[in-house]
Amino acid sequence: MEIGELYSRRQLDEAEGEQIEALKARSQQPIPDPDDWLEEELRRNILMTSVDSLLNWARRSSLWPAICFPACCAFELIATAASRFDISRFGMEIIRASPRQGDLMITAGTLTWKMAPQVRRIYDQMPEPKWVIAMGACAISGGIFASSYSVVPGYNRIIPVDVYVPGCPPRPEALLYGIRMLQQKIARMSLITQGR
Amino acid sequence: MVIKTEPFVVNIGPVHPSTHGVFRMRATLDGEVIVDMEPVFGYLHRGIEKLAEERTYTGCIPLTDRLDYLASMSNNLAYCLAVEKLAGIPVPERAEYLRVIMAELQRIASHLIAVGTFLNDCGAFMTPVLYMIREREKILDLFEMVSGQRLTYNYMRVGGVSQDVPEEFIPALSKFVKVMPGWIDEYDWLLKENEILLARAKGVGILPKELAINIAASGPVLRASGVKWDIRRADPYSIYDRFEFAIPTGTVGDCYDRYRVRVEEMRQSVRILKQALVQLPSGEVRSEVPHLIRPPAGEAYGHIEAPRGELGFYLVSDNSIAPYRFHVRAPTLINLTALREMMVGWKVADAIIIFGSIDICVAEVDR
Amino acid sequence: MTVALSGKKIARQIEKHFPGGIIESSPQSLVVDRESLLPVATYLKTAPGLDFDYLTAITAVDYYDYFEVNYRLTSLKRNHSLVVKTRCYGRDNPSLPSVVSLWRGADFQEREIYDLFGISFEGHPNLKRIVLWEGFQGHPLRKDYLQW
Repeated sequence: MEIGELYSRRQLDEAEGEQIEALKARSQQPIPDPDDWLEEELRRNILMTSVDSLLNWARRSSLWPAICFPACCAFELIATAASRFDISRFGMEIIRASPRQGDLMITAGTLTWKMAPQVRRIYDQMPEPKWVIAMGACAISGGIFASSYSVVPGYNRIIPVDVYVPGCPPRPEALLYGIRMLQQKIARMSLITQGR
Repeated sequence: MVIKTEPFVVNIGPVHPSTHGVFRMRATLDGEVIVDMEPVFGYLHRGIEKLAEERTYTGCIPLTDRLDYLASMSNNLAYCLAVEKLAGIPVPERAEYLRVIMAELQRIASHLIAVGTFLNDCGAFMTPVLYMIREREKILDLFEMVSGQRLTYNYMRVGGVSQDVPEEFIPALSKFVKVMPGWIDEYDWLLKENEILLARAKGVGILPKELAINIAASGPVLRASGVKWDIRRADPYSIYDRFEFAIPTGTVGDCYDRYRVRVEEMRQSVRILKQALVQLPSGEVRSEVPHLIRPPAGEAYGHIEAPRGELGFYLVSDNSIAPYRFHVRAPTLINLTALREMMVGWKVADAIIIFGSIDICVAEVDR
Repeated sequence: MTVALSGKKIARQIEKHFPGGIIESSPQSLVVDRESLLPVATYLKTAPGLDFDYLTAITAVDYYDYFEVNYRLTSLKRNHSLVVKTRCYGRDNPSLPSVVSLWRGADFQEREIYDLFGISFEGHPNLKRIVLWEGFQGHPLRKDYLQW
């Protein structure tokens, strides 16, 4: 039905295709991991103030994940959020649909070039401070599909990643360990060396 | 006075909490009513068919796991059937029984998720999902005993299964089979006559019988529209002709019928499991197959009744160690052909339910 | 048990109605030529005794000289199946008539074959790429597709 449509379906498809090709051309190198500030802090011996400790405790104890579940690892994430492995004891039971209210993106699944602009858009919509956990082999490096013509070899081509959780799919306990590592990383942030 | 409205186009997805995966629907809305809809997918196209041409026949089995990740055992089984047809490899008795046990357990696990997320979409936020996941965790424990994995098992091999079940498996399975019918009855008692479910799902998203046959729908979607076609009865593979089970069918083809068909299929699966446990023989679990299988040149099509429909693998071989052509007949891709007809005229909230009742798995639609 | 009908027997039946349409036939399948694909498909769907109302799958295979597209048909009423194949020669712009008017299930499958192999289907209402994006160069499942 063309009533009220400014663009035809063909034009919408072509615009999306151009966006994907442009992103693919820009993303040939991986984005470096945002953890240089970790070593710098140790070198400079900056002490943590009590404000920092309070802020970090608040931030790491109530991380709210934003939705990004393309593929199989999504079901291990759902199992982690369900009652047996219970992610809610870490304060993370609110899996918000809106990225504006999320501060953690757990990327669970293979990323394809067609999906990449949408993931970048969701990441850009999240407010600072935000963190990314790359869950599963496909998120780290493309996994079993790395040599395919349409798969992005790892999420770190598109967004900066903080913690990598290996596995195919990783067990819920492995994901919880990854979340714990992220919490330890957040505990070492300070307002002075504010990460990225 | 009639208010003049203008239709506008809205994207539902690809990142959406209720589309089961990355699936996008471009809906043209007039107010809240959908007047036109175009599905767009391919956001999870990983090129499995091309990747399989570079791997050996046994090396393709992990790739098939990741096709419909909620029914990995069924995918493995269909692929192994196709290769065994191509190469003429026999399967020992115990392996056949183990395959049937795994396939039926997998069917129960997959339908639990399907029913749970369908009810989630209907508005019963997390409670049914958590109940269903509790049962599914018991099944995943059984699978972990057997293959070491919770989601993508890589358990079946060409000519049998990869290893025998450990000793604690059979008692655990017997206990599960005794308890499960009670749980299914409890879910039924809570949900079957629930007013909200009836109001939201009865009469919604009807797929008429002729259309269902014309689009080549299969699985619960076809059976809910009134066609009694189940590959396990029509073209029995493995040893399904030795078991007694009923084939639930619906009448109207609306969302409520699809939900009922899935719940009844779970009951029938438990029935098959009880019979298989009684008849399980001893013996070896894998026939002698060379390490690198080199089937003679030719083609074969092996199909099974997967939880989502008729899953088939079409293999062409040119007498080398890798398949020449590996094609997956994806049931969910074909079931989606009539999505537009089912959705036009309903509101956005109904569209989510209709989509959830078809029960897709995006990794299979896109491959 | 679904009976796989012999290609040779069906070929003899079809030859009477469409002389010259069958290129070759074997017990597993029968090969028709491009022009008689649609009439033969219509006959298979409507003939009493055959009644192929269910199109199970459409697949394309790339043998270097030609593309072979095969249609796997099933009849739910009579529980028998048949494989019909057709070939198209030439690597630039091969095309075939579409069977969407007979079986709607061919819709997405033909679009996918167009996307991954480059075979276009005449008469398809919406022939555009389905699993890859507009602007993707090439057709990946062809045997001569080079990725890098």
